[in-house]
Amino acid sequence: MTFPLYDNGMIAGLLAGILFGYVLEGAGFGSPRKLTAQFALRDWAVFKVMFTAVIVAAIGLWLAEAGGVMGTSAVFVPTLFFWAIALGGVLIGAGFALGGYCPGTSTVGLLSGRTDAAVFILGMILGTALFAALFEPLEGLYRAAEGPKGQTLMDLTGLPTWAILAVLLIMALGGFALGNWCERRFGGPLSADDVMSGLSVDEGRPADQDNLSRSARPNEHQATAS
Amino acid sequence: MPPRPFWPPLLAGFILGLVLLLTFLMTGHGLGASGFFTRFTAALGGWLAPAATGANTYLGPYLQSNPIASWISWEIVGVAIGALAGSITSGRFRLALERGPSIGANERLIYALIGGVLVGFGARLARGCTSGLGLSGGATLAVAAFVFLIAFFAAGFLVTFAARRVWR
Repeated sequence: MTFPLYDNGMIAGLLAGILFGYVLEGAGFGSPRKLTAQFALRDWAVFKVMFTAVIVAAIGLWLAEAGGVMGTSAVFVPTLFFWAIALGGVLIGAGFALGGYCPGTSTVGLLSGRTDAAVFILGMILGTALFAALFEPLEGLYRAAEGPKGQTLMDLTGLPTWAILAVLLIMALGGFALGNWCERRFGGPLSADDVMSGLSVDEGRPADQDNLSRSARPNEHQATAS
Repeated sequence: MPPRPFWPPLLAGFILGLVLLLTFLMTGHGLGASGFFTRFTAALGGWLAPAATGANTYLGPYLQSNPIASWISWEIVGVAIGALAGSITSGRFRLALERGPSIGANERLIYALIGGVLVGFGARLARGCTSGLGLSGGATLAVAAFVFLIAFFAAGFLVTFAARRVWR
């Protein structure tokens, strides 16, 4: 059998989606407090989960290609449009930091019962409509600085895939060590208990602040010292 | 019932990597999310303002056929099912607003709306989001994915630092 199967039917979509949603929820990515704690450096789950997933999937694709079960250049590789992708990345990073979600995690948040995720999704629809309304003046920026089609890090550097994977692995291990150090320094990752006990059920009154800060900051003396 | 703990991040990342690999092997592309919201916006526009949406250079082409009829729509339906199954069976589902302790509910919703607008706009400009471009593009070792991820994390850190009170 040769992969990919190029099956883009309902079952393939549902299967991939169900697994994706279940794993994101299990990782705690339905919680905007947990997600944004990455940027406050106290919870590195976003970095750890993303980097690990990228490396595992990249190694799998490399082995599938090397083992002959998958053709070369058989999967979709996005093309760089430098300014649009860099600016878009900045806007998504900023929106994630303020709004607490990205598109995939907002869906997970909504299905974990988070009402703020519904408002975030409404905002995404408005943002998409705004982009469409401004598309003609933005088109120059949208298409500027186009890179080679489907360019990979191997194409860019001339290095073989295994060497790129080795570099990424070393960067990941370094990042995980840095993350663990920061987590100890800045109060530690948010547990499911921290997230659930911090939810404000009574939306009219400020959150139970004592409870929230106590449960969410096990190493409070360290957190305040920073 | 107390909530079950979250999965350890490296385990979650390992399983997510296998799910992503499975998706590539089945479909020839990775996982995504923002593409669905683009199609949903086109469908909504086609319903509320069909003439303006049809004439729009960006969204108009989606109305040539049913914009929702796409792999990514089934995938997002799946994400919703998977997330709901996970949150309910683990005791982590609760109908509530989630926010930092320093801001009120209304302020949280304003930030959620502003954040959503920035992310919706940014995902169209970047041609993808954290899932489609960062995660899936990253697995193909695309240069575009790493440019995106560096910009995403840099802006996330800076904005979080500048707007600390939103989550602290």
